[in-house]
Amino acid sequence: MEEEKGDFEPKIVGFTCNWCTYAGADLAGTSRKKYPPNIRLIRLMCSGRIDPMFVLKALLNGADGVFIGGCHPGECHYIKGNFYARRRIAALRTILKQFGLDNRVRSEWISASEGDKFARTMKEMAEEIKQLGPNPMRDKIL
Amino acid sequence: MAEEKEEPEKEEVKEEEPIEEPKIGIYVCHCGINIKNTVDVDAVRDYAATLPNVVLAKDYMYVCSDPGQEIIKQDIREGRVNRVIVAACSPRLHEPTFRKTCISEGLNPFFFEMANIREQCSWVWEDKATNTEKAKDIVRSTVARSNLLEPLEEKEVDVVPETLVIGGGISGMYAALDIANAGYTVHLLERLPSIGGHMLQFDKTFPTLDCAACILTPRMVDVGKHPNIDLLSYSEVEEIGGSVGNFTVKVRRKPRYIVEKDPVTGAIVCTGCGLCATACRMKKIPNEFDLGLGMRTAAYLPMPQAVPACYTIDPEKCIMLTKGKCGKATLESTGEAIKRIKSGEVTVEEVKDEIPLCVATCGPNCIDFDMKDEIVELNVGTIIVATGTDVIDPALQPEYKYGVYPNVIHGLEMERLLAPNGPTQGKVIINGKEPKDIVFIQCAGSRNKQTGYEYCSRVCCMYSIKHAHLIKERIHDANISILYQDIRAYGKAFEEFYDRIKGEGINFRRGLASEVYQRPGSDRLVVRGEDTMLGEPYELEADLVVLATGLRPSDGVEKVVRLTKLSQSADKFFLEAHPKLRPVDTAIDGIFVAGCCQGPKDIPDSVAQAKAASSASLIYLGTGKAKLEAITSEINEELCTGCRTCEALCPYDALEFDAEEKVMRVNEAICKGCGCCNGACPSGAASMRHFRDRQVYAQIEALTEALAPPS
Repeated sequence: MEEEKGDFEPKIVGFTCNWCTYAGADLAGTSRKKYPPNIRLIRLMCSGRIDPMFVLKALLNGADGVFIGGCHPGECHYIKGNFYARRRIAALRTILKQFGLDNRVRSEWISASEGDKFARTMKEMAEEIKQLGPNPMRDKIL
Repeated sequence: MAEEKEEPEKEEVKEEEPIEEPKIGIYVCHCGINIKNTVDVDAVRDYAATLPNVVLAKDYMYVCSDPGQEIIKQDIREGRVNRVIVAACSPRLHEPTFRKTCISEGLNPFFFEMANIREQCSWVWEDKATNTEKAKDIVRSTVARSNLLEPLEEKEVDVVPETLVIGGGISGMYAALDIANAGYTVHLLERLPSIGGHMLQFDKTFPTLDCAACILTPRMVDVGKHPNIDLLSYSEVEEIGGSVGNFTVKVRRKPRYIVEKDPVTGAIVCTGCGLCATACRMKKIPNEFDLGLGMRTAAYLPMPQAVPACYTIDPEKCIMLTKGKCGKATLESTGEAIKRIKSGEVTVEEVKDEIPLCVATCGPNCIDFDMKDEIVELNVGTIIVATGTDVIDPALQPEYKYGVYPNVIHGLEMERLLAPNGPTQGKVIINGKEPKDIVFIQCAGSRNKQTGYEYCSRVCCMYSIKHAHLIKERIHDANISILYQDIRAYGKAFEEFYDRIKGEGINFRRGLASEVYQRPGSDRLVVRGEDTMLGEPYELEADLVVLATGLRPSDGVEKVVRLTKLSQSADKFFLEAHPKLRPVDTAIDGIFVAGCCQGPKDIPDSVAQAKAASSASLIYLGTGKAKLEAITSEINEELCTGCRTCEALCPYDALEFDAEEKVMRVNEAICKGCGCCNGACPSGAASMRHFRDRQVYAQIEALTEALAPPS
């Protein structure tokens, strides 16, 4: 591996709901909050749509980090989809731990009004993943 | 039968028209300098042109402008493209704009997709090179998705031109009147014997000191007499099914044991003369309308201005209904005698020992002890929930001794003492005498983590200030203190009112009381606390302590939640669809909220919301059409194993199990398209349109494409 820990630009794939976190990301942009350009979001209608396989797929494909964003508990546009997301991610983590990949997945509740929190989270996450180094799966992709 | 079966099959074949090979057109927007300054627009455009099935890539200064849209329209019109991607701002901003552009040229709007390279790229980082790479990734991911998009149909349903309003307080009444005046039928449901709600319990209203009854009762009469309003008083909702445009509702009409209207002609039977109440033997029943401060009989009218003006016999208090006997009369003898009286066989006088006193005095013979619950079924297009509020239990703060000392009362009880139609005819009398020293304690129950009501109830400051003024009007030498933590006089003319009352010799002291106790050997109370302005303790003597209790959702709210599946916010009030822009809509299309059931508010705000909810309802009733969500879930019946995992997950109960075929079915009229079922389906049978697995995986693949080390 050419890239060294702390000295590479991680690729982070994000899955967010349309109503809270995607809107929060938009607000970060509208209010010109700056955060490193490592994240690319995939917009879903609800975090409850997230299949744990999405996260696995991204990690197995070599994404250095996966971000999951949904509405705050109790504020889901679809009443309770974010609770399902939380449960699924918790279950997925137990598996990811076995492969040492669990610290590459971060989930946060970010509302449509929390542009600042979105930017902060992205900054922190980029830094964390830089410290972890590139996803070891990158070397194993056929 | 055989023919009938064939028909839907034919339709299915029709739907499965092959989707044209994608010809994607990409339009990269400069957004003036918003994108262009930090993203190399030309590089993104040239890169996009190399992606699969992209037939043309253009850039333009403002794609959303008329000429910008015209470029897209022309390309669609001339058959060059059949999929459109605009790489510009957020889809939350301009997706609807460009979908309309597509529709105008006959292209299915779901073949449109946006690549968000402004809010999530050009605006959040300054380095042009890295931004350009990010923008290319975003465009690549969007193209991958665009290649797999399917046309979707936005279905419309007809709307039944009727509305159900739940709750007959000031909000429910105003919502009902607006819709009825617009010419549509309204079913107005009230669980108590009369409409009017809490507002009718008030003496005056702040800050104008209008007489509450004087401004409310004419509206109550309007409601009662309106030809378009079907007033279902003394009724409760039992079942709500269906969805926007056609809700099916079952209403249980509780028996009044007094005939309100002739079931055939609709003519008024009970004239509201009140002779039954005068005759009734059960005279010492605490009157709910006066919060138990006054008494009523078992045959009663809750208040003199009741609408409908029909008496009700309380089934829990009437001895004929609880014990089967009243005086010498029994249920059997009464039933028999009433029949004979009605047929003209005997006169009331002749059978007066066989009937209770109420029946004997009732001129129109409208008492009927055999009356039963009646279930009414309604079909309505929209529902307005206006279930209102109740006072927070003041006993939750035991240090204030509510319920221990009779001279500690809460705000609504104070209203009844002040009201001319109240138990004391508007005289402030407590413990049999006029109080001289009166202390108000603000924020009782509200703004308190211990009671569980953390919010500000918004009306208590103003009503206490109003009470202080009204007491001063009646007891000129009264010594009144208001203990507060903040005075919130936020509304129109509130501050001026507060200012005026301050000048009337009312003592405003900052610092809530910590305890109330009785001076031994007297009924005088002592209120202790700390003045946070002066930083010293105080001890005030009082003949009357009024707790300015806050508001909570009314008791019926849990039932309405269960029936409607509306969500509640953390404070248990109904949750609106958007706190700023959709304050009366809910997450369920066609159901609106109005008044205090959405959060504590004063009368003008409640009326404003009622009018907003009625206007939102009228959009459906007026157009007669409701659009259904196009992005819904679908079940592949061949893959579905009938495990029913999704059934329990669906927040809207849109999934039903077909026991015969052992598969799940989606009710597309109810499905909101969250995709929770798709995220959990173990067999891949549940699939959410527009966000199908393959569409999401294509995006993941596109975003991680270049990550494998070069081989």
